[in-house]
Amino acid sequence: MELTGAEIVVQFLRDQGVEHIFGYPGGAVLHIYDKLYEQDAVKHILVRHEQAATHAADGYARSTGKPGVVLVTSGPGATNAVTGIATAYMDSVPMVVLTGQVPTQLIGNDAFQEVDAVGITRPCVKHNFLVKRVEDVALTLKKAFYLATTGRPGPVVVDIPKDVTAARTHYVFPKSVSLRSYNPVAKGHPGQIRKAVNLMLAAKRPIFYTGGGVVLGEGCESLVELARLLGFPVTSTLMGLGAYPATDKQFLGMLGMHGTYEANMAMHHSDVLIAIGARFDDRVTGNIEKFCPTAKIIHIDIDPSSISKNVKVDIPIVGPVHRVLSDMVEVLKQESRRPDRAALAEWWDMMEEWRAMDCLKYDHASDVIKPQHVVDTLYKVTNGEAFVTSDVGQHQMWAAQFYKFDKPRRWVNSGGLGTMGFGMPAAMGVQLAHPGADVVCITGEGSIQMNIQELSTCRQYGLPLKIVNLNNRYLGMVRQWQEFFYQSRYSMSYMEALPDFVKLAEAYGHVGMQIVEPKDVEPALREALKLKDRLVFMDFLTDQSENVYPMIPAGAGLNEMILV
Amino acid sequence: MRHIISILLENESGALSRVAGLFSARGYNIESLTVAPTEDSSLSRMTLVTRGSDEIVEQITKQLNKLVEVVKLVELSGGPFIERELMMIKLRAVGEDREEVKRLADIFRGRIIDVTDSTYTVELTGAGAKLDAFIQAVGGKPILEVVRSGASAVGRGEKALNL
Repeated sequence: MELTGAEIVVQFLRDQGVEHIFGYPGGAVLHIYDKLYEQDAVKHILVRHEQAATHAADGYARSTGKPGVVLVTSGPGATNAVTGIATAYMDSVPMVVLTGQVPTQLIGNDAFQEVDAVGITRPCVKHNFLVKRVEDVALTLKKAFYLATTGRPGPVVVDIPKDVTAARTHYVFPKSVSLRSYNPVAKGHPGQIRKAVNLMLAAKRPIFYTGGGVVLGEGCESLVELARLLGFPVTSTLMGLGAYPATDKQFLGMLGMHGTYEANMAMHHSDVLIAIGARFDDRVTGNIEKFCPTAKIIHIDIDPSSISKNVKVDIPIVGPVHRVLSDMVEVLKQESRRPDRAALAEWWDMMEEWRAMDCLKYDHASDVIKPQHVVDTLYKVTNGEAFVTSDVGQHQMWAAQFYKFDKPRRWVNSGGLGTMGFGMPAAMGVQLAHPGADVVCITGEGSIQMNIQELSTCRQYGLPLKIVNLNNRYLGMVRQWQEFFYQSRYSMSYMEALPDFVKLAEAYGHVGMQIVEPKDVEPALREALKLKDRLVFMDFLTDQSENVYPMIPAGAGLNEMILV
Repeated sequence: MRHIISILLENESGALSRVAGLFSARGYNIESLTVAPTEDSSLSRMTLVTRGSDEIVEQITKQLNKLVEVVKLVELSGGPFIERELMMIKLRAVGEDREEVKRLADIFRGRIIDVTDSTYTVELTGAGAKLDAFIQAVGGKPILEVVRSGASAVGRGEKALNL
């Protein structure tokens, strides 16, 4: 039997096992929406802005490992989705975005709601397609899912003209697909792995520097096994938090611009650095000239172009993280040599000294709410079990510093692109994927307003998010930089005319709370978390002058932190 | 340092702009770029000339390899190779210049492919430097048009860039 292109799209999504898609209808995708209407295997979540659709799909993907799926219309539907696509691209999140397109005969005519979606998204996707014939719909979608989820994951856009969704053809679900030009590496080179193990066994001051790739590449268990076997310290990037249990004594905390003193000092003084699924981002390395001056570097990554891009690497290993790490564990188990116990003991003594600096300390007796205290308390009252999303800025750093993630895929934030407005829609995706779980969005009064309209989506689908708004009436990170580097000239960083967030939440049918006193922080959080079926918007009025410490100023090395 | 990269890529619309976009997005130079289908119509062969340090060119080849439509590539300037470029140059040729241009074309093993009362169009093939040399040799004679194809190149010996 022949199906229309629209029927093929919907049938394909069902056959592919897609349960949720996030989207917004419009002219060019009406045929597809009409077919969605006839079934309920694929549940469509109607957002209030296409950017939120991509972030929700992104949160869904990050918290599950499954690809997020988005459906938007042509023109503004596609352009609104771009920020979310770029966000997913920078953090290597598997996502398939279907964009409607004007009918093929109108393409290039400046038709109503026409944009060159493939052209606009080209620099921020792993790959994209324009489907010109109905016969190509199914196979192209299969390619899109295959590309999005294999190798280094990423977003893939499939642009489908309206007439293609109306045309008919025979449909068979393509069970598999292969591309002659795309063959992700299946395992690391055994010789390189052996060389790396030799270097690790000879190390006196080793450190694991782990990134988001460990989470994406399902390498967490092997990482824990390897780290325990060797007794080496572990530090993680913002994206990698949760890959190694934060409460483990071998964990030094996050590294980089707002990383811990112990993590950054250990990096700086290390003699063997084992980078895993991390990409030596400028927020991690600080001044590249001063980066880890005495270290030999091993770098494990699925993407060859990440290797020696910013920092020259001594032993590159291209391969999937889980496979390379488990191969390393095997090699080590067959090895009679063991790490240098005496040297490691000395190394740990140094690190304990750095740790004793207690670089994340803050004023517990303050009479205004300290933002750190809110995150600390949230950690306590959720037993560290919540899914936490964040927006971008100071609150993001405090969330990363004070919420100790022991499990992967619990921490969802926009690391690479730094997209304000990410947190709440991402939390919607997380909540849909994990219906009974506590999902908390830690945000600020600046970020939350960038996608505040999604409170309406949460109402429609009964998503009981807990929104922790660290409201200091400032674009805090901007204010912090202005204080440090622009003589406290607070240009455009003060937020005037803020809404009454309690009333706003209530207007959308949710529960609103405002918390002003430090003593009310814990009771408020406990009360909010008890409301299992309600979204609770908690507006915490926090200390306006609080800064994120430690901090590595631009141009400085990892050993040149500002501590207070 | 000048590098020549030969690329086999899927002969699909958009593949060329992906390559070109990569260069502009990452701030790499393109000195010249030629592309045309091969004997297998599903594949295009591209010759790309770029400048940069070895580290940059290593990044360029890695980034190119990452493009889904790039099937295979080789950096030709890593070994012996042959490079050719085609130039068509239209010159004002009147009076005694007419004989002089003809002589120059002969010396450079060029061919005159179009003639009018006042112009010659010379076709010339060779490495880029040879074409530069011809333009220099023409000296004072007025050049009306220069059309260059950009370099095409192939590795020497038995090794070949194919599937």
